Amino acid sequence: MNLEWYLVLSALLFTIGFIGVLVRRNPVVVLLCLELMLSAGGLAMLTFSRMLGDQDGQVFVLVVLVVAACEVVVGLGLVVAMFRRRLPLDVDDMKELKG
Amino acid sequence: MTLATWGWLVLLFPLLGSLLIGFTFKALPDRAAGLIGIAAIVASFACGIGALFALQSEPESARHAASSLWTYAAAGEFEIDLGIYLDPLSVFMVLVVTGVSSLIHIYSFSYMQSDRGYHRFFSYLNFFVFSMLVLVLAGNFIMLIVGWALVGFASYALISYWYRRNTATKAGMKAFVINVVGDIGLYLAAILIFKQVGAVDYGTVFEQAPEAFKTNEWSIVAICLCLLVGAFAKSAQMPFHTWLADAMEGPTPVSSLIHAATMVTAGVYLIARCHPLFELAPTAADVAALVGLVTLLIAGTIALVVTDLKRIIAYSTMSQIGYMFVGVGIGAYSAGLFHLMTHAFFKALLFMAAGSVIAAMANVQDIDRMKGFKKAMPFTAAMLIVGSLALAGFPGTSGWFSKDEIIDFAAFRGGMYGWISIGMLIGAFVTAIYSFRIIFRILPGPACEEAEHLVETGHVVHGHPENPVTGEAEDTEVGYPGEEHHIAEQAPGMKIAMSVLGLLALVGGLVQIPGVTEVIPEFLAPAFGDSHFAHMHPSTGEAWAGLVKGGVISIAGILVAWFLYVSRPELPGRLQRSLAPLHTLFVNKWYGDELVDLLVVRPVKAVGRFADRFFERYVINGATAGVAGLTRSAGAAVRDLQSGLLRGYAVLMLFGILAIVLYFLIRSI
Repeated sequence: MNLEWYLVLSALLFTIGFIGVLVRRNPVVVLLCLELMLSAGGLAMLTFSRMLGDQDGQVFVLVVLVVAACEVVVGLGLVVAMFRRRLPLDVDDMKELKG
Repeated sequence: MTLATWGWLVLLFPLLGSLLIGFTFKALPDRAAGLIGIAAIVASFACGIGALFALQSEPESARHAASSLWTYAAAGEFEIDLGIYLDPLSVFMVLVVTGVSSLIHIYSFSYMQSDRGYHRFFSYLNFFVFSMLVLVLAGNFIMLIVGWALVGFASYALISYWYRRNTATKAGMKAFVINVVGDIGLYLAAILIFKQVGAVDYGTVFEQAPEAFKTNEWSIVAICLCLLVGAFAKSAQMPFHTWLADAMEGPTPVSSLIHAATMVTAGVYLIARCHPLFELAPTAADVAALVGLVTLLIAGTIALVVTDLKRIIAYSTMSQIGYMFVGVGIGAYSAGLFHLMTHAFFKALLFMAAGSVIAAMANVQDIDRMKGFKKAMPFTAAMLIVGSLALAGFPGTSGWFSKDEIIDFAAFRGGMYGWISIGMLIGAFVTAIYSFRIIFRILPGPACEEAEHLVETGHVVHGHPENPVTGEAEDTEVGYPGEEHHIAEQAPGMKIAMSVLGLLALVGGLVQIPGVTEVIPEFLAPAFGDSHFAHMHPSTGEAWAGLVKGGVISIAGILVAWFLYVSRPELPGRLQRSLAPLHTLFVNKWYGDELVDLLVVRPVKAVGRFADRFFERYVINGATAGVAGLTRSAGAAVRDLQSGLLRGYAVLMLFGILAIVLYFLIRSI
């Protein structure tokens, strides 16, 4: 199978994730979509790593996974905090953070 | 001990005294500050005598010593030492300064007794003596400037000593500002000397000056004129003279010490010290002599008409310093310094006696109100007469010998200097009149209220808390002279100090009788050995002829004063009316203050107003307001982008990243 298809899949996943971030207002779903985008990026890196026969891309994917895990922890923490305060779970209502 | 060690000790004691009093005054018992102050200065005087003996024990060619404690400043190869220089000239000045200071400290011990700032006074006074000694002992031009500026500060602090008095603080500021103008002259001179010679210590500069400069070359004339600006400002010569009369706002011992005997003669010392430079610039020396002549005449005429006792003596100080400037300007260095010494004696004495009278008058200084003190205060009266005789140059007194020596030398040099000597003789005549105007107005006649009170009760009148100049009520909390006063008749300290000075004023001239004794020139000879004028002096016969001429003029002046103020007391009033324009001119001090106001103060104020109204308002404010406005409008332009809408940010980010990617894609193609 041609390796380019992995890149196409990666692009599709990324686009789906990004559209999700743009159109969904539930923070949990937004986080989910962000994870999708990160994974898409990871897939692209793996593909390139394979194409070039270089291991660096794979190492980066591991790093990205760790970062993604951290990000999810913070994000979900925020969601839980919002839920506890009985705030509406809607990203458009969180405008007050603009400072 | 070596000469230099004595020199350092001379400096040490007044500094220690000042610091000790200044830092421990709260723990000191009542009169201790005065005692410490006196002890410090007397110790310094004793070290001065030690230096004198150390100096005289050397052979004549080796009578100088330079010493340095450490390097004060260094830049590359060039170093400035914290150094002193001792030669007959500086030792002479040290002896005059510390000697007169000792007596004035003893006088102040009683005079300032009821003052609320007793400790502060002695701390300042000791500090002044220290500064003055730094000035005369300095071994290079930088140390000279340090001393020069320190005495300026001490003078400011002591003029404004009664700081609750508005007039006193203003007078202090005036003196300080004018002195700083002089300081700038001195800085410029030092910079020019460094530029031309490459050194600032006296030894090197004076040694190399004849090779570095051609006679009357522009650079040496410029240096000397800058030095003269400093000298004129410190010594209250025209046109920097206006501060001295106002400086009389300070306590009388301060007027006596700083504004008569020592600090104001610093300019004379400066010219004498820099005589190798001035002899290379005869034009500048002539300027000094001419300014001295003009000042002595103008100050003499002012002293004829003002009625404030201390201000009369202040103008006579300016006038006498004018004589000294002529002396050192025409090359009669030892005569100028001799007059400096005798003037220190009789002028300090006159101020002390005036202080005693003013105390008895409960701070009133107007001679129109003083009468009949001959009976009330016989000792003060005697001292006043002695001081005035010496000031007038009465035959036999110290002033007679010293003043006429300068006049003789000027006449001896002839030409333009002959005319200067005639001007000085006119000045001497005026001096005799005004000095005896004081005597004839204050001493004889029916006693005034205050003098009568003193005779009847044996106490002086209590003062009122009011400003003697403006009559305003005064705050008596602190910085106030006190209502109790002390007069010479009742205070032993004042009596001792005045007796010693009175004696010196009478017989101090005997060290210098033409043809008999030559103490001062012989002592100073090593310092002025390199001068062109070292072996130029009038013959004994000429000197005696000059003395006789001076004596006749002095007696004539005294007789005129007697005629005007005793024999025909209505005459001065008539003269005043018939010569009204002249009197107005004199009484307004030749409009010196107004002239300075017009030429300096107003232009400076106008520049200040321009800076305030235009520069500050439009340029400075415009620039700052412009920057602020720019930032604000830039903020307003992009403010709407920050909506807080998370999804909006995501879209912006998308476009941003797309733009960057597109940029690199296009570039790579």
